[in-house]
Amino acid sequence: MKRYFGRKLVIYIFTFFLAVTIDWLIPRFMPGNPVQTMLSRAAVHAEAVEVMYGYYTRAFGLDLPVWKQYLNFWNALFHGDLGTSVYMFPQPVIKIIMRAVPYDIFLLVPSILLSFYAGNKFGAFAARTRWLDNTVLLLGYILTATPYMWLGILLAWSLGIVAGIFPIAGAYSFTMAPSLSWAFIGNILKHWFLPFASLFLVGFGGWAIGMRNMIIYELESDYSHYLEALGAPRKLVRRYAFRNAILPQITGLALQLGIIFGGALVTEIVFSYPGIGYLILAAIQNKDYFLLQGCFLFIIIGVLLANFVIDVVYVIVDPRTRLGMVGGAA
Amino acid sequence: MKPKKTDKIGITKLKKKNEFLYFALRNNKVKVGLAIILFFLILTFVGPLFTDYVWDDYIGPFGHPPSSKYWFGTTTFGQDVYTQFVFGLKAALLVGIIGGGLGTLIGVIVGFNAGYRGGMVDEVLNIITNIVLVIPTFAILLIIAAYLKVRGIMTESIFIGFTAWPWAARAVRSQTFSLRSRDFVDLARVSGMKPLKIIFTEIAPNMMSYLLMVFILQFGGAILIAATLDFIGLGPTNTISLGLMMNYAVLWGALQLGMWWWFIPPGLAIVAIVGSLYIMNVGLDEIFSPKLREM
Amino acid sequence: MSLKVKNLKAYYQTLRGDVKALDGATFTIKDGEIMGLAGESGCGKTTLVHGMIYLSPPLRFVEGSVKLDDKELPIWDMDKMNAFRFKDISIIPQYAMNAMNPTRKIGKMASELLKSRKISLKTTMPELKRRLDLVELSHDVLNMYPIELSGGMKQRMVLVLSTLLNPSLLIADEITSALDVSTQKAVVEMLVEFRDREFVKSMIVISHDISILYQIADSIMVMYAGKLAEKASTGVIIHSPRHPYTRLLISSLPKIGVKYSEKKLTGLPGNTPLLLNPPAGCRFRERCPIAFDKCLEDPPFIEIEKDHFVACWKEYGKNA
Repeated sequence: MKRYFGRKLVIYIFTFFLAVTIDWLIPRFMPGNPVQTMLSRAAVHAEAVEVMYGYYTRAFGLDLPVWKQYLNFWNALFHGDLGTSVYMFPQPVIKIIMRAVPYDIFLLVPSILLSFYAGNKFGAFAARTRWLDNTVLLLGYILTATPYMWLGILLAWSLGIVAGIFPIAGAYSFTMAPSLSWAFIGNILKHWFLPFASLFLVGFGGWAIGMRNMIIYELESDYSHYLEALGAPRKLVRRYAFRNAILPQITGLALQLGIIFGGALVTEIVFSYPGIGYLILAAIQNKDYFLLQGCFLFIIIGVLLANFVIDVVYVIVDPRTRLGMVGGAA
Repeated sequence: MKPKKTDKIGITKLKKKNEFLYFALRNNKVKVGLAIILFFLILTFVGPLFTDYVWDDYIGPFGHPPSSKYWFGTTTFGQDVYTQFVFGLKAALLVGIIGGGLGTLIGVIVGFNAGYRGGMVDEVLNIITNIVLVIPTFAILLIIAAYLKVRGIMTESIFIGFTAWPWAARAVRSQTFSLRSRDFVDLARVSGMKPLKIIFTEIAPNMMSYLLMVFILQFGGAILIAATLDFIGLGPTNTISLGLMMNYAVLWGALQLGMWWWFIPPGLAIVAIVGSLYIMNVGLDEIFSPKLREM
Repeated sequence: MSLKVKNLKAYYQTLRGDVKALDGATFTIKDGEIMGLAGESGCGKTTLVHGMIYLSPPLRFVEGSVKLDDKELPIWDMDKMNAFRFKDISIIPQYAMNAMNPTRKIGKMASELLKSRKISLKTTMPELKRRLDLVELSHDVLNMYPIELSGGMKQRMVLVLSTLLNPSLLIADEITSALDVSTQKAVVEMLVEFRDREFVKSMIVISHDISILYQIADSIMVMYAGKLAEKASTGVIIHSPRHPYTRLLISSLPKIGVKYSEKKLTGLPGNTPLLLNPPAGCRFRERCPIAFDKCLEDPPFIEIEKDHFVACWKEYGKNA
């Protein structure tokens, strides 16, 4: 077991370095000079531009040789410094990102967990009758085939504009100042609901389909037949099948949680919801590559962490993997 | 009475081809799915014949709802939505075939080699697969987009093909694993068949059906990915696509102005095409695995 | 107890028609009898026992009756049969190696099964432990996962589980096929012991290995192509079989000590008929060395001497 995890850890660390290096290279590969871009928006007198250019170049460390910049980058990284944003100069990237992170968590964690729960339960119904199976299949596949942004657009238009029940932009009304009042909390929830719903529905479809396929497989297995031959009630057989079918789904769940940062990109664009996805769009549009680099870093860390957690969790949860490694007396 | 020579114990086997065709024509999911896809395919070819314009022509009143003259209405700039729609369809199907096909091809090569050879080859290919999965391919796309100011459908499809293959590779690898350890392959190996021959005569026929299903999933996936990329503005710049239509619609306030004819058709088309691809896939799965067949 | 099966027919539904896998089985088993069920692959052995305990699509009930202890078993009704399963009729399946949930500890699975069948754990768990001792399994297995057990251990565990409620009839379907010879001996001896201790009243032991049946069965029933060929006590079947198929079967068994140079091993030429459209009359007709025109008529399964049943036209007249 130690060998298994040790090897995995090494691979993960290696992948981390590679991915982060590529991430660091992004601003360097971009055409144009970030400082110039920034200055071009300032419309300042020519001589002043030159002085400012020198200042900013030094400020961003762009005058150092590349390998030094690379080392400085890693050094800064371990101190939690992700550089300074160009578009929102002089705010540090990490501060900008941390402002957006709570919104992502608020939006994605409930939608992922709830769609996992509801979707899997719904998918399990498919096992009962042929009619239910066809219903689950149809609904699930249609939802999975729906692009996130289109569902967002649909909900925004139907429930937001036409019915006027929900607002369609921002995390809370621009006219309100954040406070701990009920009015404010209600306002936040109203703004949260539509993006949450569009994420939930598409995810729900995906889980339902996955569970349906897994549970059919489990119900055809030998242990299911044996239980039935011994007269076990359908409920017990279904319960065992469900529990076995959910194991591979847990892998998927961890992966989904891994892309929390930036996972709701298009949804946030549709609803102007200030999460990391929205930041990424702003960064692209404003050519703020340092901000972009920082956002991607978060995503990389999230994905790798989630992958590692799955590996650990799966070993705990499925006795076959655990005992297969120790060498069961099979 | 002379004993008759019977050739097989048990049930007679229909020729393999006929058997699949027979079930395929009776399977509802395949029939409906195929019908919908064919409908859109035909629409892609026939649709443009009904319009005289090109997608970015400014031809009419701004933001006009559907009418007998403009079947899908017009955009805020006075472009004909129907024209954009049928051209966008073409783009979507192209991305699906090229992007999906490329992804399947790479996935099959990587997955099959990893599964069949095992050992070191498998380990190395696994690492490569994981890296491609973890790397923010999005970031790479940004770089490409920054350098290539003019991009077409081909560029997008190739990019999708080169980044979406890991799922296919994983699936093909596990399928190869399970086939490789089956008795009939061992038998072929023990009887001294050359490895290449084993691959083509024993393993490949059993994987064909699986590969078809993998391709269909890649096809649908490519369309979805392309729509998302287009929506963010990282799609093709020299033509229209369904995702781009939605992008423009949102950008130019179609939501607030209530121009539902601009953003509903493209999304609906994607749901219909990708959805029927998925459902057709389920039907194919039933046909290829006798246990799931309806009686 | 007694088992009375009368004219049991069950077909497999396929798109090309019904496969007549079990076409009229009539026999009885007495209290305490271990009946061996022998025959080639595809002769209908498993169909027969599935028909009795687990008749589900694509297997279809056609006609017939099964009476266990004078109670009619509602084999055509999957739900109603639940009342009898495990308690009156039980099975050690062919796939016993995979029969237990791989992600559940064995003890937990057993207790959940019993609880779901509304059986008191207080009385049965101690009995379960006593039986584990009997089959020489440590009580620790209850805390283990199936993957931690060897093939033989899993077999014995399933044996204990299936017989826990002392069913009147136990079906053992090819339980020795995947085991080595010494484990085979241990397992079948346990079967006999369970019968002797009256944990089960009667048994049907399916095997295509006649030498196993010779060891433990009181009587042997031979099936061919969905129909019963012969049933008699073990000694009679082995030493003086009457049905031509049984005769060829017994004579094709290799005997220890006989050299190839002295006596060639004879087999049975030909193949079993397709059961989609079985030939008219006796199904063994085409491979039978003594077939004649009467064989075009279906021979009934008749008792030609006490407890000896045969379905062959040539054999009826002989004892009269």
